[in-house]
Amino acid sequence: MKVMDKNLGLEEVQKLEGHTDRVWNVAWNPAADGVIASCSADKTVRIWEQSSLTRSWTCKLGHRLGSFDGNTCVWENFATDSESVSVLRGHESEVKSVSWNASGSLLATCGRDKSVWIWEIQPEEDDEFDTIAVLTGHSEDVKMVLWHPTMDVLFSCSYDNTIKIWCSEDEDGDYNCVQTLSELNNGHSSTVWSISFNAAGDKMVTCSDDLAVKIWKTDISRMQSGEGYVPWTHVCTLSGFHDRTIYSVHWSRDGVIASGAGDDTIQLFVDSDSDSVDGPSYKLLVKKEKAHEMDVNSVQWAPDKESRLLASASDDKMVKIWKLASEP
Amino acid sequence: MVSGLINENPIIYPKKERRLRTDTSITDELTPEPIDQLEIFDHIRDIKDPEHPNTLEDLRVVTEDSVEVDDENSYVRVTFTPTVEHCSMATVIGLCVRVKLLRSLPSRYKIDIRVAPGSHATEDALNKQLNDKERVAAALENPNLVEMVDECLPSEE
Repeated sequence: MKVMDKNLGLEEVQKLEGHTDRVWNVAWNPAADGVIASCSADKTVRIWEQSSLTRSWTCKLGHRLGSFDGNTCVWENFATDSESVSVLRGHESEVKSVSWNASGSLLATCGRDKSVWIWEIQPEEDDEFDTIAVLTGHSEDVKMVLWHPTMDVLFSCSYDNTIKIWCSEDEDGDYNCVQTLSELNNGHSSTVWSISFNAAGDKMVTCSDDLAVKIWKTDISRMQSGEGYVPWTHVCTLSGFHDRTIYSVHWSRDGVIASGAGDDTIQLFVDSDSDSVDGPSYKLLVKKEKAHEMDVNSVQWAPDKESRLLASASDDKMVKIWKLASEP
Repeated sequence: MVSGLINENPIIYPKKERRLRTDTSITDELTPEPIDQLEIFDHIRDIKDPEHPNTLEDLRVVTEDSVEVDDENSYVRVTFTPTVEHCSMATVIGLCVRVKLLRSLPSRYKIDIRVAPGSHATEDALNKQLNDKERVAAALENPNLVEMVDECLPSEE
């Protein structure tokens, strides 16, 4: 499916109203179609479901949570009634991000206390979580953690301007920092807010307070063949598109990168077709001005390949659903 | 109570006369007037310094010229000058200015706060912190900081 059709635009499908304070993040349920979760400074998580009849979204569930209390909660039975099954204590201040690995056996968390924690679920112990690593390489708040889509390699990005890559190379199963992407290797010059992988897992996109979006790559087949760790290298930098901090980037299954920033815009980028001598490059596909009335904190593509739906969350208390489609 | 202050002898400047606004031109009551430098300065001039019974204006921590505004693009930048180079109260002052502006300006506004270049020992680190929204949110969940900020902000009229 070619993404390079002319006149593509981001069409607002629906505005989800309900939160009473800024919305920090949205996530699509990977298993249940048309279900989104959003979390807000109003101390609630809301679950929104799309009706199969009317195709419109309503809020199904709202949960009160502790504030920046340093705890991570694991919930079960997402689509119907949710129950908090486990509370993971450990971080000294607020937990900023959580990520499950591909198999769902490991959970990574990170926070303002500069650390990254890895927890392993113990099925024989009633699904208890054991801490298997506390990683302290970053010198400042860790903004986000994300597991690689196919391998148990963990990525973290931070207020210290770097991206760190962690994996367990020895028999002890100890996790170590195997690479740091900093200004020295074409990395960002200010806080890195978000990371996302393409479907194949051989490319990664990051965004920052330095107003740039950067693309990185690795030789995934070498890494998967068990040769040991293969470093990531910088591919290109997209700058001059956003003029305020870029808070979120997300790479869709069909290759479109979405970015959301403090300039209230959502922008989409794709691999430009031209096979130039200098290597791959990326271009702007769509720029949605005033996507929200205030900062866009999070952008997330729906996990399926056809819908081309994008969810966004903002300081304006809204969650919006968009569709990438040809403009009339 | 006096000992232990970062700056025991701040310089207090004479108060400038407050200019009264005279609207000679605009007669249409429905058109909102563009927000200008003076209006924004009016929001922050009476914030109290965290350590002294003087305002930020008295101590020239902020001046009318320290406010840069572009109403059409909903942008404001306030550059403040702490009274001493190692002022650890600089974070509190920056936070107070931000909170006051967040409460006083329309939500469309983008607000940047920074210390005057060369006026503080850890200028870059301070500026970064003052403009990171998660750090600001975390600071505002800290009861001690919130108490300090509340004491510095002028009470609502």
